[in-house]
Amino acid sequence: MIRGSDTMVNLVAWWAEDFMYAYPEHSVAVRGGGSGTGIAALFNRATDICASSRSIREEELQRAREMNIDIQEHVMALDGIAIAVHPDNPVDELTMSDLRQIWTGAYTNWADLGGPNLPMTVLSRDSNSGTYVHFQQYVLGENDFARTVRFMGASSSLVMELASNVGSIGYVGMGYVEDEEAVKVLAIKEDEDAEAVRPSIESVQSGVYSIARPLYFYTEGAPGEVAQLFIDFCRSEQGRDVVLETGFVPVAE
Amino acid sequence: MNRRYQRELFVKFVFTAGASTSILVVFLIFLFLFREALPFAWNPGLGELVGTRWMPVTFQQPGYGLIPLITGSLLVTFTATLIAIPFGVLGAVYIAEMAHSVEREILKPFIELLAGIPSVVLGFFGLVVVAPIVRDVFNLPSGLNALTGALLLALMAIPTIISISEDAIRAVPLSYKEASMALGASRLQTIWKVTVPAAMSGIIAAIMLGMGRVIGETMAVLMVTGNAPLVTANLFEPVRTMTATIAAEMGDVTRGAPHYQALFWIGVILLMITFIINWVAQRVLRRYQR
Repeated sequence: MIRGSDTMVNLVAWWAEDFMYAYPEHSVAVRGGGSGTGIAALFNRATDICASSRSIREEELQRAREMNIDIQEHVMALDGIAIAVHPDNPVDELTMSDLRQIWTGAYTNWADLGGPNLPMTVLSRDSNSGTYVHFQQYVLGENDFARTVRFMGASSSLVMELASNVGSIGYVGMGYVEDEEAVKVLAIKEDEDAEAVRPSIESVQSGVYSIARPLYFYTEGAPGEVAQLFIDFCRSEQGRDVVLETGFVPVAE
Repeated sequence: MNRRYQRELFVKFVFTAGASTSILVVFLIFLFLFREALPFAWNPGLGELVGTRWMPVTFQQPGYGLIPLITGSLLVTFTATLIAIPFGVLGAVYIAEMAHSVEREILKPFIELLAGIPSVVLGFFGLVVVAPIVRDVFNLPSGLNALTGALLLALMAIPTIISISEDAIRAVPLSYKEASMALGASRLQTIWKVTVPAAMSGIIAAIMLGMGRVIGETMAVLMVTGNAPLVTANLFEPVRTMTATIAAEMGDVTRGAPHYQALFWIGVILLMITFIINWVAQRVLRRYQR
């Protein structure tokens, strides 16, 4: 039984299907419900593996210690986070520091970045999303989002607003912005002197493009025999192909 | 005879139980919400809820201030109701008093259809169609704001207001209208001076019910209001409503954590606001009936 992240539910279901085809003697059940639900299920021993699109929180680890549960973390894949704007926006690249200024509210107009005089509409995923937490931690340096940031419940509606609003900027899993006509994905520079890099399978895998969140499996203690077999399968050549098919990036070997 | 009495008693009991189910359910829901919310009172304390900063998922000090969420819900709800009233009431008057029976046959199913549109579908329509129109008409940076949310919610409230107001207008006794006409009043004068005032209690109940539908609506507002927790009375700013907050955040909170309890407090407050709306509606109804 595998429970957890809705972001990963397609990926995990695909893995499970191929796994059961390869090992017909084992059966794997997959359920979504969110990373938090999965972690709670792990604590209640209601699941063998928890799929999570965010790393386990301090308060959850605290609870695990109280319940004397040893939590093990397995990085299964990466999700590159693309920074995207409207196709008519002349800006092509930004630095990490620009991103921090934009989402913490220091920049409010594209003119602040040398672009046209156009008010910025800054978009974010809502706080239930693993992407939100990763972006806040990694890009904003644990600072808060500005209060004027618009929060979108779903990645698809965020992309829709990006495609229709000239002044908008948002971040979203790179699987959602494959249509280059609808939105423009920006290249990101680590700092002023660095080379601007666009998110791609290679750049995310090698870490040259650094805005990517890991997707995890959590198990209670060492995985059991079947769970270990499954994890090994997901990391095999066949499992990595599934990762690519679902729009994520396999971990470097 | 005795047997018949027992049967009578049994039937009465079944009916009483049926009638009280909803009271019991509301009571249990309230109890459940309160039980989950209560520990927040000791840690971190109820004072936290009376703030203007809603920032529950953060690496800094978390903020559980509910004021932006309450003002956001109220702004969207009142605007939506104000937009819906003229359309709803005029529509009801037209359908009840002026429309030919053929027109009525066409109008009514469409109004019912509007009521039946799932709110996600309406939200999608809002995101793709209404938000860009609002943005271009008012020359705003983005159409994801309180006004777009209110427009969509008005669309949801209108069918409720029309169908209940129409029933109320139709229920006005024919003798009132006949008396008015006999005194020489025109058809329009009769409608505004006699029929509508006589149906006023029903119309107000219709508006209140429409408002109840609007304040509890979740999916459509979640998709189009921009969800930024701002305290504002400006319709062109994004707002975060109470319902959208619960829907967006409940999926991934740690059970029993302060954030989880704060979401239950939102539920408690939402329920209380609904109670107040209903209570006011009852009072108004009674005053008009007198």
